Amino acid sequence: MSTRVEVLKTYKIYIGGQFPRTESGRYYSPKNKRGESLANVCLSSRKDFRDAVGAARNAFGGWSGRAAFNRAQILYRIAEMLEGRKAQFIDELVKQNASAKDAEREVNLSIDRIIYYAGWCDKFQQVFSSVNPVASSHFNFSVPEPTGVVSIIAPQNSSLIGLVSVIAPIIAGGNTCVVLASEDQPLCAVTFAEVINSSDVPGGVVNILTGKPSELIKYFAEHMDVNAIIYCEKDDANKKLIQEKSALNVKRAIFYDGVNWLDEEKSQSPYFITDTQEIKTTWHPIETVGSAKAGY
Amino acid sequence: MAKATKNNTLKLKFDSLKYAPAPESKSSATINAQYDLFINGKFERPLSKKYFDTINPATEEKLSSVADANAADIDKAVKAARNAYSNVWSKMAAKERAKYIYRIARMIQERAREFAVIETLDGGKPIRESRDIDIPLAANHFFYYAGWADKLDYAFPNQHPKSLGVAGQIIPWNFPLLMAAWKIAPALATGNTVVLKPAETTSLSALKLAEIIQESDLPPGVVNILTGAGATGAAIVNHPDINKIAFTGSTDVGKIIQRATAGTNKKVTLELGGKAANIIFEDAPIDQAVEGIINGIYFNQGHVCCAGSRLFVQESVYKEVLRKLKDRIATLIVGDPMDKNTDIGAINSKQQLETIHKYINIGKKEGAEMFESSCALPRKGFFCRPTLFTNVAQSSRIAQEEIFGPVLTIQTFRTDDEVIEKANNTPFGLSAGVWTDKGSKIFNLTTKLRAGVIWANTYNKFDPTSPFGGYKESGFGREGGLHGLGAYLNVHS
Repeated sequence: MSTRVEVLKTYKIYIGGQFPRTESGRYYSPKNKRGESLANVCLSSRKDFRDAVGAARNAFGGWSGRAAFNRAQILYRIAEMLEGRKAQFIDELVKQNASAKDAEREVNLSIDRIIYYAGWCDKFQQVFSSVNPVASSHFNFSVPEPTGVVSIIAPQNSSLIGLVSVIAPIIAGGNTCVVLASEDQPLCAVTFAEVINSSDVPGGVVNILTGKPSELIKYFAEHMDVNAIIYCEKDDANKKLIQEKSALNVKRAIFYDGVNWLDEEKSQSPYFITDTQEIKTTWHPIETVGSAKAGY
Repeated sequence: MAKATKNNTLKLKFDSLKYAPAPESKSSATINAQYDLFINGKFERPLSKKYFDTINPATEEKLSSVADANAADIDKAVKAARNAYSNVWSKMAAKERAKYIYRIARMIQERAREFAVIETLDGGKPIRESRDIDIPLAANHFFYYAGWADKLDYAFPNQHPKSLGVAGQIIPWNFPLLMAAWKIAPALATGNTVVLKPAETTSLSALKLAEIIQESDLPPGVVNILTGAGATGAAIVNHPDINKIAFTGSTDVGKIIQRATAGTNKKVTLELGGKAANIIFEDAPIDQAVEGIINGIYFNQGHVCCAGSRLFVQESVYKEVLRKLKDRIATLIVGDPMDKNTDIGAINSKQQLETIHKYINIGKKEGAEMFESSCALPRKGFFCRPTLFTNVAQSSRIAQEEIFGPVLTIQTFRTDDEVIEKANNTPFGLSAGVWTDKGSKIFNLTTKLRAGVIWANTYNKFDPTSPFGGYKESGFGREGGLHGLGAYLNVHS
């Protein structure tokens, strides 16, 4: 009787709703603490990033134009899909150094975080909008709108919770994004792309690359069709580089280097959504004919 | 004398009907021969020992000489601001802070006439605009933000926002006092102290404000006002003990500031250039829309970052709109800014006039057709006739770059989709205008135009309660309203 040979998973990248290999043909093999190779992972290139930004830009009009309620349902769907594949994520986290207990906690927290932001999709606008009592005879109101395409270097010290914590508020607010996964722990990011792909998230809304921040960070910061960049490490040289490159097109550079993504109190709030929102103010005259008052 | 034309509009014959001069008196304003720097509650001679002239752009006559602050002066001011922040302002009860700001608002109101005269003499804008728009709005801005000082916890739920420290603020020459108010009022209300630099061509109203601040007994060092040019601004941007940079000006300088503050922990907000689309549909009330277009581009000589400088007219009404625009331009009174009848005053500086002429020449060379008012211009001073270009390509530089003068480009469109595409096809995103009688069309357009301020069936309206600021390369952060508080507080991360 022969033993069954296990089918190994190929870890690919996720661009525009497709799972291509990197155009560069390059790969790297991150290892866990036990020295075991995790997988041959795509070493994404500048060209992969450009393709992903193109996909994100194409998806932006449609995604930002969706009803907020619809986005809420889609985020909730992501959480449902993640719940269903919990075991796989726990396995991958364990493979990437976590204890079984910590792995389960991280996956549970990730699911809950997506639910948390699913709920905000159609609520943060009400909290952060205003009707402005201007002195002239005009109706005037301000509402948040998504900034556009956001490039994200995902938190490097975690495989799943960091990634989920930076993607969820960005897409909850109607932005699209290109995310570079944790270099050393990339497995969950690719599997999370599969979850996204089966959750009615339109192709291009979330694009996930694997590779080296040291190589790609510059491009993430300087691309002229990216409106905001998120960086989560305490690395002053990189933060400076990002801000300098961001000046090319007045990109919003957002840093989350002090955040512990496992701390439920401090690592989730609607302010993570408003960080990539613009405030739009609209004016319209109110007619002033007649003298009737709303007196009754 | 008026005669009805075929299309039933009235055309006034201005050759036989002239306005008598109605000059505002200069006597209500006191302008010193020389101004020093306002540091720590006192006017102090600059360590640089240098002064520069500020002139009246309508007459080219010298009004005063103004201190040119160097890096040592800025350092002195920052130390005063830091001391005031640590020892006085951040410790004061918020409701007491508010009262100082209210006091400043009242004092501006009391001296509104003086401010208006100074603003017009130094900057060239029509007295009607400084009197009716700039100065009242500046006073109102202080009055509005004063009331926020002790209510900040209600603005940012769950945040307990904290002030940042010392704010360095650099403002432009197009709305000198108003921009000072936009910067200083929210900074003080949120508990920060200020080092502010006005633009070098329009220092006087900010210095007059410094006098008021001194009279108001605001604790020394809470607001410091230092005059100078680009190097003075750079000294503010690069000072290591400043926590916040707020800048209003060109996108080019904004990018330099963003780069210069990289690697520091300075919080930055930028209110930069624009190239706004003003879109007129066939069902719009055309006469109102024409007034709005005129106001959109020729208000303040077109020195407005949110000016409606790209006009898009639906093809079916193009001829009518163009004819009415030309008729209206012919009636605009260009000349002495101190005359209460003047519509278009002096261009702010010789340098800016040259920039505008450069773009007019580019427009001609690019093959666009130019039309300008036939009015006579004063012999002295910097003046430019209201100008428009037709046959403008989307790729034309006059349709892509910010001119910051009374120059309008006109393009046509057929469908909603086409005009949304064209309007958004720019790196800027500060403002836009839409003219139509159809409510659903307004909301379709206003939600799809990628800009921070959208005026529907109106244009160039401002209010202290109304957040203002850009998308994309027009900058980030908001000024005005509740949202304007965020620029001066630690909220989130």
